[in-house]
Amino acid sequence: MRKAQLLQGNQACAMAAIDAGVRFYAGYPITPSTEIAEFMAENLPKVGGKFIQMEDEIAGMAAILGAALTGVKAITATSGPGFSLKQENIGFAAMAEIPCVIVNVQRLGPSTGGPTAPAQGDVMQARWGTHGDHPVIALSPASVLESYDITVQAINFSEKFRVPVIILLDEVIGHMREKVILPSPEELTLVERKRTNLPPAEYKPYEADSTRIPAIADFGTGYRWHVTGLFHDENGNPSGKADTIHKQGIRLLTKLDPYLEEITLYKSYCTEDAEYLLISFGCTARSAAEAVDMARSKGYKVGLLQLQTIWPFPEQLVKEFCTGKKAVIVPELNAGQLRGEVQKVITNQTLSGVNKINGDLITPEEIVMKIKEVAGQC
Amino acid sequence: MLIDVENLMRSHRLPHIWCPGCGNGIIMKAILEGIRESNLDLDKTVIVSGIGCSSRATGYLNFDTIHTTHGRAIAFATGVKLAKPELNVFVITGDGDGAAIGGNHLIHAARRNIDLNVILFNNNIYGMTGGQYSPLTPHGKFATTSPYGNMERSFDICNLVQAAGATYVARGTAFHTKMLIDLIKNAISNKGFSFVEAVTMCPISYGRRNKMGNAPDMLKWQRDNAVNVKAAQKMEPEKLAGKIIIGELHRETAPEYTELYEQLIARVRKGAEGDGQ
Repeated sequence: MRKAQLLQGNQACAMAAIDAGVRFYAGYPITPSTEIAEFMAENLPKVGGKFIQMEDEIAGMAAILGAALTGVKAITATSGPGFSLKQENIGFAAMAEIPCVIVNVQRLGPSTGGPTAPAQGDVMQARWGTHGDHPVIALSPASVLESYDITVQAINFSEKFRVPVIILLDEVIGHMREKVILPSPEELTLVERKRTNLPPAEYKPYEADSTRIPAIADFGTGYRWHVTGLFHDENGNPSGKADTIHKQGIRLLTKLDPYLEEITLYKSYCTEDAEYLLISFGCTARSAAEAVDMARSKGYKVGLLQLQTIWPFPEQLVKEFCTGKKAVIVPELNAGQLRGEVQKVITNQTLSGVNKINGDLITPEEIVMKIKEVAGQC
Repeated sequence: MLIDVENLMRSHRLPHIWCPGCGNGIIMKAILEGIRESNLDLDKTVIVSGIGCSSRATGYLNFDTIHTTHGRAIAFATGVKLAKPELNVFVITGDGDGAAIGGNHLIHAARRNIDLNVILFNNNIYGMTGGQYSPLTPHGKFATTSPYGNMERSFDICNLVQAAGATYVARGTAFHTKMLIDLIKNAISNKGFSFVEAVTMCPISYGRRNKMGNAPDMLKWQRDNAVNVKAAQKMEPEKLAGKIIIGELHRETAPEYTELYEQLIARVRKGAEGDGQ
């Protein structure tokens, strides 16, 4: 354990990255994520790592992929407009199966929107921002300590599964300061990408065993393999054949399936006897937790499911938590992006949202009002 | 002979996708000759390309290779080189990939003087998409998107890269193969950002539309319109109109980015020790 510190969510995220072995950062300044770049610029050289401020957001994403192929753990950070610009290369990372982590400190959109205004409007962009069907993991912390823990998890997941992992921070969690007691780096469990032990002549860069995750060979170690965003065969060679495309496409789409339980991170609060369930994430989950206490003091049996894993959407978990509830309410700082996913998996419960897209936070009182309204109808 | 560079190629990937008469094979061979004659460690050499006809070369080359997204090869290569400075890093790009969509990365990599060897295949056209004008299509020339003649002016891409800070800048052609190999060798030996514009030809999507004849005719055009930089220095500017100036255009010495970064790390770590941290 370290000593207690007063830290910002963005700082905790950056510290976690270095503690988890990240040695390369490339990015472009953008509010409200810039503190992550500043921390990296100062601290990466101290551990022999590299920081580079690229000429644009696209280049920041490209550079971490180049670095990652040499075997280093690499990360970038951005916010809405920059996240949009990075999407094509995020798709490249998904297609070429390059481990990388993208921190998106969400701000109010669309477009330039509200640079310093909190929002959680990038839920769908995190999942479908790049074109085509592809695997992705997106995690969202709701406190400074969670920002640290989830960043470590994100890096581990990217290494283990060779997928881009997106951290959906938000302006509130990114800029908020809290007292935290962080673990010492040596207390962390860290994952390294699976590297091939075959000789170069036998190595097939996209041949997956039963784990569905192919072993990688660091550039510069004699394997001389080809990385492309085109559909490719097991040898990494481009292919336009429908059966080859199908085989790779299906493996990509299903490669996380055996690991859904491991990837699903969440917290629950007062759900055991709850008749009404709140499902929330990020900064709004804090208002939701407060709303649970307030509503319970008035006699409403309310519980909270806080999703830390947003993608792959934890269908099974949500289904289980919703079972037996009279109603489900999804408070979120967007027009209902997560609620749509919940709608897909629940059957009998009434579903409603508490939503705001004006740059203000959702207050606990507003959630309690919704609980009362819903309870009156049940 | 191909046999000289066969171990540098993924020969099983042939035949290549380029059209009959395309000059890209000549440029690709010149790059391989440059690598071979420079005695680079093949296991420590990475070649990065973008999207377009020229960028398909990486699929045929027996190195660690990345066929990246459109225009972004230099940004990927910057990540490779900075993460592992001991690697020799090449970029293969085209006039659309490198001068249009990737133009920002090109000038900023030159500004940093990061040790990349960038070979830009200039065929004056977007070939892969069927013949649209690029920033290096000369004024007045015809393309599918300039059916009445190209209204725009073209870059002198070498001047642009030199002005941006590149420490080695050269231009060669597919016709002057021996010179091109020498220019690529010089680019490799330069510790810093090196840029070689390799003028190639696209008889199908550019030559045909501009009545430049077949591939041999276009090679002869290169022969007849190229002026060595030394000769060009003695010529009146009006006599150089429409000519291609070839040879070594610029060379200077400046600190290289990844070396500076290694020095920075050493300085910061020494400072940290001094602080007792």
